[in-house]
Amino acid sequence: MSEFLFLYRSPAPQGSPEQLQKTMQKWTAWMKELGEKGHLKNEGHPLERTGKLVKGKQKTVTDGPFAEAKDAIGGYSIVEARDLAHAVELAKGCPTFETDGAVEVRPIRKMTM
Amino acid sequence: MELSDHLFRREAGRMVATLTRIFGVQNLALAEDVVQDAFCRAVEVWKFRGVPENPSAWLMTTAKNRALDILRRERTARTFEPELARLLESESTLAPAVEELFAAEAIKDDQLRMMFSCCHPRLPEEAQVALVLHILCGFSVDEIASAFVSGHAAMEKRITRAKKTLAGSKKLFDIADADDFLARFPAVQRALYLLFNEGYHGASPESAVRAELCQESMRLAALLREHPLAATPSTSALAALMCLHAARLPARVDASGDLRSLFDQDRSRWDENLVAEGQRLLDLSAAGSELTEYHLEAAIAWVHATAQTADETNWEMIVSLYDKLMDIRPSPVVALNRAIAIAQRDGPQRGLEEIQAIANSDRLAKYPFYHAALGEFELRSGRREIARKHFREACALGRNPMERQFFEQRIRACDLLPGKP
Repeated sequence: MSEFLFLYRSPAPQGSPEQLQKTMQKWTAWMKELGEKGHLKNEGHPLERTGKLVKGKQKTVTDGPFAEAKDAIGGYSIVEARDLAHAVELAKGCPTFETDGAVEVRPIRKMTM
Repeated sequence: MELSDHLFRREAGRMVATLTRIFGVQNLALAEDVVQDAFCRAVEVWKFRGVPENPSAWLMTTAKNRALDILRRERTARTFEPELARLLESESTLAPAVEELFAAEAIKDDQLRMMFSCCHPRLPEEAQVALVLHILCGFSVDEIASAFVSGHAAMEKRITRAKKTLAGSKKLFDIADADDFLARFPAVQRALYLLFNEGYHGASPESAVRAELCQESMRLAALLREHPLAATPSTSALAALMCLHAARLPARVDASGDLRSLFDQDRSRWDENLVAEGQRLLDLSAAGSELTEYHLEAAIAWVHATAQTADETNWEMIVSLYDKLMDIRPSPVVALNRAIAIAQRDGPQRGLEEIQAIANSDRLAKYPFYHAALGEFELRSGRREIARKHFREACALGRNPMERQFFEQRIRACDLLPGKP
């Protein structure tokens, strides 16, 4: 088994209260399923959509967000899968695609050579 | 932790009511933004962490903290609720004051205050109902438009205008002033009645939407019953009629998704608990001497709810209740229903005579069930051709596929069934 970082990129949630509740419930159901099947190494954390960027030799501090708002990272999880293809299959179940989001699937490198 | 159905929608109404109380009605839009923001936070955090132990409290606290931020930051730039301004001026009184405003009892009063504010006399009834649904029940413009079978643009215009009237009304309605309270109270009852009716008789094809409107009007009526000034016999009567009608909802559509008329429903599917609750409320409504249209409609619904079959219904009593209703609040629809009851009691010919005698019957010309009633009476009188014409008319006016299918079935009945004399 290998580990993968899932970065959830999506615009801030929107819609009526009823729609937002449904969106949220789809996510918790998906996370629960991943967990029950033993794929969720760490459910991770949600991230604030604002922050600071420290950059360059001058250590210039600028405001986030860093990319376009619609691509902002809203959170991350660590997922266990056989290989990249399997991780991608797991990512396809994420409800984020219904709300214009994307999942970036990144293999985590191991310390071992 | 599983979320109960529509929790967000309901909390939206509670939060907006309370935040508007704090920010002042002129800042209604700000209150709505804070609520939306609380939901967005909930979605983003709960996705990962799951639903917290007490989701309502989580949402309320999030909204409260955001409100405190805004009050601190914008206290010089904006004018908030004048009554509260003094408390909000100093940091030492701000937090406790806001804490108190978010107490459960305070939130109940805030919803009532908002309900009365939405029923502003300058707004037409349908705008009042739309506003109650939007602000207090958390329905979006689209969701309301679909429930009322109205276009999005038309509904958006109606709600935007109504909000403008509300936000421009200087302050929220003062529910502590008994004279003002009693003056606006009938309009509030009427709005809840119309909201319920929209759910029960309305044109929306989606049965789920209709049941939700009924549930919401019942929830708001329960809030009225908890307030000393609003807990009148007429409010009990209003709540009773809602329960007694809602009891029949499960049987209005049968297993194959077809609309069933009262005469043709599987009465075992009526909700016994709601009938019992309706009966209890109807007893409560008998205190005092006031007799309102809600009393009469509740009594009619009670007679139906307690009859074993359509034939065993006490039509005599129903006719006399409709007679009284025509005295108190005459309308072509009430007259039509009275005619139907008379036909049950005295036969279809008498029903036809009563329908022909309805004043302003032109106002029923677009109402499909007017033509359907004519069709039923003609069919029972054995005049199948005329009956068929009426049912075709009803079918052409049908407001959704379910209604049209129902009338088509009646058209077919003209061919199949021998007309009863």
